[in-house]
Amino acid sequence: MLERNRKKYGVVVVGGGPAGMGAALGARDYGEDRVLILDREPEAGGILNQCIHSGFGIHYFKEELTGPEYAERFFEKVIDSDVDVLTGSYVSGVSIDSNGTKRVRIMNEKLGLMTVEARAVVLAMGCRERTRGAIRIPGTRPSGILTAGLAQKFVNLKGYLPGKRIAILGSGDIGLIMARRLTIEGCHVEGVFELMPYSNGLTRNVVQCLDDFNIPLHLSTTVAFIHGRDRLEKVTVAPVNNDLKPDMTKAWDVACDTLLMSIGLIPENELTQNLGINLDVVTGGPWVSSTMETSMPGMFACGNVLHVHDLVDFVTQEALLAGRFAGEWAQGIRRPKDSIQLVPGENVRYCVPHTLSPEREHTIYLRCKQAMKPCKIRIGNLIEKKLKFVFPAEMIMFKIKPDLLDRFHGETLRIDILPLEKGEEYD
Amino acid sequence: MYDVAVIGGGVIGCSIARELSRFQLRIVILEKYEEVSFGTTKTNSGIIHAGHHDSIETLKGRLVVKGNALYDKLSKELDFAFRRIGELVVARTEDELPELFRLKKQGDEKGVPGLELWDKERLRVEEPNLSSSLAGALLSPSAGVVNPYELANALSENAVDNGVDLKVNSEVESISIESSHLTVHTSSETVKARFVINCAGVFADKIAGMVGLHDFTIHPRKGEEYMLDKRLKGLVRRLIFPVPTKQSKGILIIPTFDGTIMVGPTARNTEDRFDVSTTYEGSSEVFSSVEKICPSIKPRDTITEFAGLRAVSSTNDFIIGQTRVKGFINVAGIQSPGLTCAPAIAIYVRDILKNEGLKLTRKKDFKPRVRGPERFASLSEEQQKRLIEKNSLFAKIVCRCELVTEAEIHSSIDHGARTLDGIKFRSRAGMGRCQGSFCEPRCMDILSKRLDKPFENITKRGGDSWIVRKMDNN
Repeated sequence: MLERNRKKYGVVVVGGGPAGMGAALGARDYGEDRVLILDREPEAGGILNQCIHSGFGIHYFKEELTGPEYAERFFEKVIDSDVDVLTGSYVSGVSIDSNGTKRVRIMNEKLGLMTVEARAVVLAMGCRERTRGAIRIPGTRPSGILTAGLAQKFVNLKGYLPGKRIAILGSGDIGLIMARRLTIEGCHVEGVFELMPYSNGLTRNVVQCLDDFNIPLHLSTTVAFIHGRDRLEKVTVAPVNNDLKPDMTKAWDVACDTLLMSIGLIPENELTQNLGINLDVVTGGPWVSSTMETSMPGMFACGNVLHVHDLVDFVTQEALLAGRFAGEWAQGIRRPKDSIQLVPGENVRYCVPHTLSPEREHTIYLRCKQAMKPCKIRIGNLIEKKLKFVFPAEMIMFKIKPDLLDRFHGETLRIDILPLEKGEEYD
Repeated sequence: MYDVAVIGGGVIGCSIARELSRFQLRIVILEKYEEVSFGTTKTNSGIIHAGHHDSIETLKGRLVVKGNALYDKLSKELDFAFRRIGELVVARTEDELPELFRLKKQGDEKGVPGLELWDKERLRVEEPNLSSSLAGALLSPSAGVVNPYELANALSENAVDNGVDLKVNSEVESISIESSHLTVHTSSETVKARFVINCAGVFADKIAGMVGLHDFTIHPRKGEEYMLDKRLKGLVRRLIFPVPTKQSKGILIIPTFDGTIMVGPTARNTEDRFDVSTTYEGSSEVFSSVEKICPSIKPRDTITEFAGLRAVSSTNDFIIGQTRVKGFINVAGIQSPGLTCAPAIAIYVRDILKNEGLKLTRKKDFKPRVRGPERFASLSEEQQKRLIEKNSLFAKIVCRCELVTEAEIHSSIDHGARTLDGIKFRSRAGMGRCQGSFCEPRCMDILSKRLDKPFENITKRGGDSWIVRKMDNN
């Protein structure tokens, strides 16, 4: 698929998942005809390939697709658009010349160590799952403790079960999906144990994956000890106090041979960090302008490498935009610097992008710190919008029209999520 | 009939077997786990001590400086990870300074090379990330770090190359005393040997008990270790020790050979010889102690943790020597600095065997060398290119956190890996921040193919440590 003699591209996209494919198409749509996608896996599609459940594409395609179907639709477009795709290719580094040319270093079994040149690069490496080590669960180290995503890969791509009696720590979406998947495969799911007083997954997944299968969700509960010499034998679970520490006086044991971890996702920014690109400590992803450009000129980012999304549809939307601006950049178009800085205020954990420009309409993505209902979201002195509820697990997305920003005079625009005042009501 | 049966394939048993393999002898190592080093060795802190900590009055204190000095030649021959990075014992307060003076005196008298006392200003310049409140330090430049599992693997591989039989999954169940030899019954077979060397670590007293010897007991002392994200690489340049206590050398900051920083170990006695659990108490003890010395190390930097058991004997010293039972030699109670002493212990045991009447005739064709792992990630671009030209699998990344190539996974299997841990300890695949979430299925595929074993029969570390089950319908 790669024209082997071509070594110079307008846009090189690192990662061939939904973000990478979206970015490549975005760049093509805006007239950049030399686009390359690099992916380390043997096939493009990213994590979608193992998500065989449905629920993808409701927003973007207005129909429910499985993960592989969603990936396939984009992959066909990618191929039809003459985007080069090089799989089995690990990007080991990017260096930048004094004239701004990026040199992307690739390792590929057939091509060896090679370098391609790019005017613009889009970072679309996605994210990875947090593991047991990151939260230091005490106990022994038997086999049978794995991330929910790895379990998904074993079941859906390799055709094996991670075990028969399953406990799940954390209520992230992959954990919920796997609770249902493993139950259908004949495993017994003992329960999902969530440290926080609310689920970390989408409400629709709690209902469809747990409630419909009578799988208990234990909120404010954690795994406090792991038992077993060679293979996991049981876990001790305990409710947590206000400081999130387990109350061992109320602990109980759950016999299981498998513990799935669904305790959060971390954007994979090793490459980004090696380049010295500024990261947002809250999202774990790069700091980006409204054109999805990072702190390094001509380097763009989108998808889960930027911030963890709930739905692939939103990844696609963000990626098309990043690709478009990367394509512009490759063709020499330079937009004026953003003049407005977006700042998270009351009950706002983060917002992306980090800056805005009055020249265009913007989509802003944000997450709240704490659940609140009903409430209102306030963007500086420009917009105030009432919301039925906000929930940390569900991303909030809204658009700002340029005419609003036009009237805006100021360097920072603060976003707050506030309780409704006396007399205000959600209607 | 074997001349020598070594019970236990830890770093001590492997060191002795390798030393004896220089001679025309029939030797067997009996290891109860699937691979060598899977007991206490793999959890060792990996420190080659300078030797000033232990008094000359003890056997461990006498063997440590000698053991340290043997590491240069050993690491050249066996090509394992070893670097003399130096060690600092730091005084947290003025009150602890006299202890540094005492350690320096003890070390100087024992011939520990290059000991230097540093004032707080010097310490600040040399290790700027340590707490500015530290009062001073004792430098011992000869201290170093190794990867202990890598050392044991290299020793056993070299021993096998030189004719030693390695029998894994061979737990010793009983030993009978015959007139001219000892017969060792394992879970799978019977082995006869003129000499039996008991290197059974935390189970050494149980093994001694099998021939009616009850003169010592082993009291496991657990140590918990916490591995930190490699983004902290370079935070400290040397091994950092607090001033020691009676129980242990304290909680250390260990810049491992590969650059990852490890903190620990704790020191808690346990009755359970399989208790390798980490605990809330252990983790808070480690981090509260370390934060006083290096404030930027935080619990959230942890990528994984583990625990190991020190085989502390009832004499609190090494117990090495012949016994009332003819041919039965104890090498027991090998706690810290056992790893440092290992090559010296091997020579010490060789001499005991000679005194006991074992004829030692040197082999003409002894091969002292093995080839270590490639360590692709640490090579220059030019070196990487050369490897890829020779073997394209060097361009195929399996573990992206630690940049381990498929060629290195194959090489691990060539060098004896039979399990996922075996691959991890030889190649680092799965040691990084994602802890194997991405590379595990790939390593299983390769193991399955190479060992001609069904995918579901691949284990983490042998025994009942299975990874997946077959689906009922496939």
